[in-house]
Amino acid sequence: MTFAAKILKPRHGRLDLRAGRVELSHGSGGRAMAQLIAEVFQPALGNAFLAQGNDQAILPPAGGRLAMTTDGYVVSPLFFPGGDIGSLAVHGTVNDLAMAGATPLYLTASFIIEEGFPLADLVRIAVSMGRAARAAGVPVVTGDTKVVERGKADGVFISTAGVGVVPAGLDLSGDRARPGDAVILSGSIGDHGVAIMSCRENLKFDTEVRSDSAPLHGLVAAMVAAAAPHLRLMRDPTRGGLAATLNEIAQQSGVGFAVDEARILVKPQVAAACELLGLDPLFVANEGKLLAVVEPAGVDAVLGAMRAHPFGRDAAHIGTVVKDEHRFVQMTTAFGGGRIVDWLAGEQLPRIC
Amino acid sequence: MKYVDEFRDGALARGIANAIRAEADPARSYRFMEFCGGHTHAIARYGLEDLLPPNVRMIHGPGCPVCVLPVSRIDAAIRLAAEPGVTLCSYGDMMRVPGSDGMSLLKAKAGGADIRMVYSTLDALRIAGEVPHREVVFFAIGFETTTPPTAVAIKMAERQRLANFSVFCNHVLTPAAMRALLTGAGGVPIEGFVGPAHVSTVIGMAPYAFCATEFAKPVVIAGFEPLDVMQAVLMLVRQVNDGRHDIENEYARAVTPAGNRKAQALVAELFEPRAAFEWRGLGSLPLSALTLRPAYARFDAEARFTVETVAAADNPACDCGAILRGLKRPPDCRLFGKVCRPEAPVGACMVSSEGACAAHWSYGRFREHAKANDNTRAETNEQVPA
Repeated sequence: MTFAAKILKPRHGRLDLRAGRVELSHGSGGRAMAQLIAEVFQPALGNAFLAQGNDQAILPPAGGRLAMTTDGYVVSPLFFPGGDIGSLAVHGTVNDLAMAGATPLYLTASFIIEEGFPLADLVRIAVSMGRAARAAGVPVVTGDTKVVERGKADGVFISTAGVGVVPAGLDLSGDRARPGDAVILSGSIGDHGVAIMSCRENLKFDTEVRSDSAPLHGLVAAMVAAAAPHLRLMRDPTRGGLAATLNEIAQQSGVGFAVDEARILVKPQVAAACELLGLDPLFVANEGKLLAVVEPAGVDAVLGAMRAHPFGRDAAHIGTVVKDEHRFVQMTTAFGGGRIVDWLAGEQLPRIC
Repeated sequence: MKYVDEFRDGALARGIANAIRAEADPARSYRFMEFCGGHTHAIARYGLEDLLPPNVRMIHGPGCPVCVLPVSRIDAAIRLAAEPGVTLCSYGDMMRVPGSDGMSLLKAKAGGADIRMVYSTLDALRIAGEVPHREVVFFAIGFETTTPPTAVAIKMAERQRLANFSVFCNHVLTPAAMRALLTGAGGVPIEGFVGPAHVSTVIGMAPYAFCATEFAKPVVIAGFEPLDVMQAVLMLVRQVNDGRHDIENEYARAVTPAGNRKAQALVAELFEPRAAFEWRGLGSLPLSALTLRPAYARFDAEARFTVETVAAADNPACDCGAILRGLKRPPDCRLFGKVCRPEAPVGACMVSSEGACAAHWSYGRFREHAKANDNTRAETNEQVPA
């Protein structure tokens, strides 16, 4: 059952959005669900496509090659400094499209809600999602709601899909890195992962680290406008951090990387938190950063465009693509030595001493 | 970061590296063992080997508590966690370590066991308070550094009259392992130790005296920052050149000669040495681990539950023992990088990121390929680009 609730009349009386909780009946497809959609999702996400009230959105021709993506959001906690699961779901999906150089056009959202979840928190998430979608100019055009029994989910899970259109002639792909290309990073790393960890149980920090969660399609558009023919590929270093992203591209393109640790920006409070927990910021997640591989001739133009954009102010040229049959990501440490930056083996866990 | 960045200054490091190069006698080789996994990690992560001259070589020791815990104790912890009514609390870096048959705490958790990852012993105490109907067992591991927090938790549990809290004690002793290294078959071929940092904040300097008096090996206790390690290496080079073998303290900002007497007294009150304890890669070592004293048996999981420790042999092809003794290097092991990798470790040294093999695999294995490439170029007279 989608968000097609317009034709159903809600139950008598309004939902208690302050103290009420989600019940199994809110996912049953009956009047209770219609009421939940009408009072929570429609006001928060409302737009002309959603208002059609059908089980699908009918969209105008897009005029170009379509880019499509889907993603699931299971973040814990649901609310964190700098964002929440709602805005994160919008940003994550917009960014997955933008990394292909696509202009994101539409999103879908599927909510899986645990019985007993506070309605006030659901409203907060929906409002945040709507706000993020409007700010990005990418409407949520259709959606779905399911309620599962208490204990069968962790509050709320959100699945999204996104559709965008790629400009003619633009071809960004992970297999396009070539030896000699420049590696450009849009800003500081590790902010999102540390923000999430900072509000987990027993890990309160004195300094608040905010997530960098942000939609990057505007930044990408500026980069494309400045130097499209020189752009090889872009990728947002989310889970697994910068290290995983570099290793993924090395594998896809059959190349190595030589990066310089001193040029990779880590905010002092993020570095301090990582130090405390025994984590390496290179492996910590980001939600508002991108890595671009650029032909040498386009480096200045790309950096100029990025630094003129609020989400690329700290953009830096951090290294070079190199020929390497072993596909190693090598790094000159800030200390002057050399090391490789490997894939993470399993989840990065704190050391004991 | 105050008190951190100062010890990561690349320019200062190059200065120390120049001093090491100038003072190291080119006619001899210097082999120093860093006992602690923390040092191994720092050496690999900051690429310190690149800053040392070729005749000064670091040998990675057994000082990683995760690596040295034998399979039988991990199996026992997994069996404990599977007991009905038991909640097992563990530090995060034990969660992935494989026991027998590839089982781990993470896998046991996925299979339904109530296993919680904690950041401190106090988290485990709090959980015990929250679930009074369950038996909460803290999986205690580590050297002298993590023993006092375990002792504090037990004292607090006693004060709070927590009847459902106990400790599966696997605390091990650094000096016993160092002695075993020096007395093992042929002794370990080193000229000195970079001594443990955090361990020494607790036990001080005196426990290493035997290295100097009985074995004529110098020890320089060093912090975990890269400059600390470089400075300790320089101090060791000077001792070797002077024919000295003293216990020196590079980490004076944290280590005092006597250590932390309060922590020592607390540990002595609660714990006593075991007659022998099995170490991964090193075998059974006498008086090398602690157990709770009979007066605290009610907090001892091994006394409260039937904890069966069934001997489980390490893979015979694994060279961990030789690597921990400095007789072999990680790439010399035939399992290294083939069946034994960090995501599926076979031997002790690959288990935690602080183990010698894991550190080499994760940070340094490109050097082997660089060397191989150089050799190939030399054989084919290929020009090496500048």
